[in-house]
Amino acid sequence: MRLQYPSDIKIIFVPCTGKVDVLHILRAFEKGADGVCVVGCLEGDCHFISGNFRARKRVEQVQKILDTIGIGGERAQMYNLSSGEGPRFAQFAIEMDERIRKLGPNPMKLAKKKAA
Amino acid sequence: MVNHPRYIDPVKCTGCGECAMHCPVAAINEINKGLDDRRAAYIEYPQAVPLAYAIDFDACIGCGLCENMCMAKAIKYDDTERETAVKVGSVILSTGSQAYDPSDLDYLGYGKYPNVVTSEGFERILCAGGPYLGHVMRPLDREEPKSIAWLQCIGSRDINRCGNGYCSSVCCMYAIKEAMIAKEHIHADVDCAIFNMDMRTFGKDYEKYFLRARDNEDIRFVKARAHTITEIPETGDLILQYADEAGQMKEEIFSMVVLSVGLKIPDSSVDLARRLRIELNKYNFVNTGSFTPVATSRPGIYTCGVFQGPKDIPGSITEASAAACLAGTDVAEARGEDIEVIEIPEEMDVTKEEPRIGVFVCNCGINIGGIVDVTSVQEYAGTLPYVVFTDQNLFTCSQDTQDKIKEIVIEHKLNRVVVASCTPKTHEGMFMDTLEACGLNKYLFEMANIRNQCSWVHPNNPTAATEKSKDLVRMAVARVATLKSLHEKKIPVNQRALIIGGGVAGMNAALSLADQGFPVTIVEKEEKLGGMANRLTTTIEGADVEIYLEELIQKVTSHPQVEVLPRSLIVNFSGFQGNFTTEILVGPGMYERKIDHGVVILATGAVEYRPKEFLYGQDQRVVTQIELSERLKEKGAQDLNRVVMIQCIGSRNKENPNCSKVCCQSAIKNALHIKKLQPDAQIFILYRDIRTYGFLEDYYTEARKLGVLFFRFNSEDPPVVESSEAGVMVTFKDNILDRSLRVSADLLALSSGMVAEDTEELASIVKLARTEDGYFMEDHVKLKPVDMATEGIFVCGTAHSPKLLPESIAQALAAASRATTYLSKDQLTLSAVTAWVNPELCASCLICVRSCPYGVPVINEDGISEIDEALCHGCGVCAAECPAKAIELNWYEDNQILSKVDALLEGVL
Repeated sequence: MRLQYPSDIKIIFVPCTGKVDVLHILRAFEKGADGVCVVGCLEGDCHFISGNFRARKRVEQVQKILDTIGIGGERAQMYNLSSGEGPRFAQFAIEMDERIRKLGPNPMKLAKKKAA
Repeated sequence: MVNHPRYIDPVKCTGCGECAMHCPVAAINEINKGLDDRRAAYIEYPQAVPLAYAIDFDACIGCGLCENMCMAKAIKYDDTERETAVKVGSVILSTGSQAYDPSDLDYLGYGKYPNVVTSEGFERILCAGGPYLGHVMRPLDREEPKSIAWLQCIGSRDINRCGNGYCSSVCCMYAIKEAMIAKEHIHADVDCAIFNMDMRTFGKDYEKYFLRARDNEDIRFVKARAHTITEIPETGDLILQYADEAGQMKEEIFSMVVLSVGLKIPDSSVDLARRLRIELNKYNFVNTGSFTPVATSRPGIYTCGVFQGPKDIPGSITEASAAACLAGTDVAEARGEDIEVIEIPEEMDVTKEEPRIGVFVCNCGINIGGIVDVTSVQEYAGTLPYVVFTDQNLFTCSQDTQDKIKEIVIEHKLNRVVVASCTPKTHEGMFMDTLEACGLNKYLFEMANIRNQCSWVHPNNPTAATEKSKDLVRMAVARVATLKSLHEKKIPVNQRALIIGGGVAGMNAALSLADQGFPVTIVEKEEKLGGMANRLTTTIEGADVEIYLEELIQKVTSHPQVEVLPRSLIVNFSGFQGNFTTEILVGPGMYERKIDHGVVILATGAVEYRPKEFLYGQDQRVVTQIELSERLKEKGAQDLNRVVMIQCIGSRNKENPNCSKVCCQSAIKNALHIKKLQPDAQIFILYRDIRTYGFLEDYYTEARKLGVLFFRFNSEDPPVVESSEAGVMVTFKDNILDRSLRVSADLLALSSGMVAEDTEELASIVKLARTEDGYFMEDHVKLKPVDMATEGIFVCGTAHSPKLLPESIAQALAAASRATTYLSKDQLTLSAVTAWVNPELCASCLICVRSCPYGVPVINEDGISEIDEALCHGCGVCAAECPAKAIELNWYEDNQILSKVDALLEGVL
């Protein structure tokens, strides 16, 4: 379909969103990522039964941590779609990009600059 | 066989789509039902296999643009029709169906009013890949509809206008589904109404879906068949005229009307059947027998799917496996003869070597190279750690490039490979084979998808696309450096099958495996084989169940490969695919026996529900349908002048919301039998929806012709039954007269549903998932209807859900077929992508045990979590949940995933 979406979104493949660890998401923020979204199968349609529900819980946990440490929970998001829904993926990507642009860069970057 | 020309060589075509992009011709897009157009060089839909383009020669103007654009040189204007001959031992006809074309039904206005679409068209409108990209819009003005009506039975159950007397079986469910999705996609309130004669949601758990639609989603179900549709020219809205259940004329306005078109057999299939000399029924579906559901009239030729009869996806898939079972049995002796063995060189041990990475960047014709600066990506790759070789190719996937890669791997002593090209979904396996062919472990490989994720989606910003390509290559190189060699473990297979339940399903599964040479053990809890079928007399088609059962039992008990253990009980179960051990208490002495086997087939069956309703057990004149058939066989019907039947006993109620599927036809079968014996007998059938799906509809029509009277009642307003000397007094409401009627019946037959056999203990011993109502739960409702979630365990017959005898037999053959895919191999190859535990880190906290969706991890004797790689599905949930980080998933170890995160964000802070 070749639907366009912002080029600052990069994809890391995992076998199931149930494999995405809280630590993986936090590491991205630690290294300066402005946002992370976890994209899994539709709820109730997980290839591995329930991985996407666990992923949602973990994203919620990450959001709390990010809120506490001042990075902002909104920067982590969970999305669900089926493999036949290219347009929805593009829509999510655009949505995420807009959200992050509104929030501005990861505060870690500013802190680092100040420190330097 | 005749192979029609495609004019594009599917082997050379890379699916890049340049031809279609430059084709100047517009043609009607059939897959989107004419709601948009496509090019003359086209691919039918994005999921097509092979993903190769073709030219529609009727539309092509021969301009030659595509030939100029195609860098793979795949265009072949002079392609011709070819004839090929294949020598085979058996044939399966699975040519499928065609949707009924409602153009001839002028009162519906299809083709005249743009906002009247078929259900197929609406399906495309809902689809994200459809003409409106998933936005629900009316074809006329691309406005979101405010109200949509579905009209059921268009081209089905219609002997008046189109001659299709059968029920298409699938339309009620798809109409509900379409209405539910429309509600989900249209954010404003949309009124969805389904106009039907009967809602036929008879499949496994389908009734619950119907209830959800009605009670939670406010979808309206109107009992009516619309007779006229007219358009309001100013708005494009449609006026629907119909008579309601009381016979009152009604009118409603909708923004859109969807015609739920039925399934029919295309003329090409009729023609094929004639050439193959296969008998068809009067509706052009293949004639099959009650006890031979997938065999055609000609030995060696089988059929499945809708060509056999209207059915849904799970039914088609089940039959496909059943047909494969019989086709395979015919040629079982020759199994494996034509297999080509590929020689794989011995693997090099690279564990101690430092990574030496080769990066191959693909231009994909101009698909990547037209946007991304491939040379700069290649140069950039050369600067990355451990990269010792880089190259770029026009098509990295072409055969000559594969050969070149093999030479390069050996020449440069590469021990890791990255290909930056297209999607791993289509090409990963091929590149991994190439690695294997030069002695490199195939898991030391990574792809960067710079086509689908860069050039295709950022075509207007080549700089950004190039930068992103570099990022993806850097991430891929970082990950490949961390990868380890992995090996797929091979395990031996015990060729015995254990079948739990010796009814019709279990025995059929046993026989088809035994006929292929596999030893089978049947465990039956009763003294006698046959199960529920012992109580059945004939099928609705008139086939004698008793004779069939007797022959079947005879075949099973005399088969040298089949062992039957009657009055036996399963007490313990362990092992994994190909290697199970079951402990059984064998009757009558109940001595213990251990059986090793490779697969399990569950065929525990179901029983007739014993009614608590309507004086059953209190008044002798109240019987169940099975009891009535037995009575008709023994005593006839001379003393029956008036019989009442009540449907949905023990089904579609609070305790059991599901439909039992078989009771409507049981009632009609018995009604026809009584009419045959006693033509003057009055028969009243009180029903909620008559669910005579498929060809069963013909018997419903016949019953009405013979004067059997049908009255619909609501579940809130059920009939009232009283006992009196004169007869069983039944009071119910007649909707047309709008008043109560009372009938004094000689006999009241209760159409009681099915209840799954009690398998609670078995399910806990073998660890099997069951539905709320006790039926075994298959791995995937649609795509894996006979596989259980645990590999090597299959289910069939009424243990899966209520079904008729032919359907049970088909499912039994299907389970045998699926079992054969294990038993026919000496060894099973396990996936290498499985989880493992580092015992030093494990704190035995049980989190993995609780989080695994398949119940695989166990705490072993040393108090440490252990994951059996033969049982692991490789999802990685345990690894993510493990608080001590003691679990890793092969190929997706934490440092392997984090290497990508780190590489992506390198230098950001």
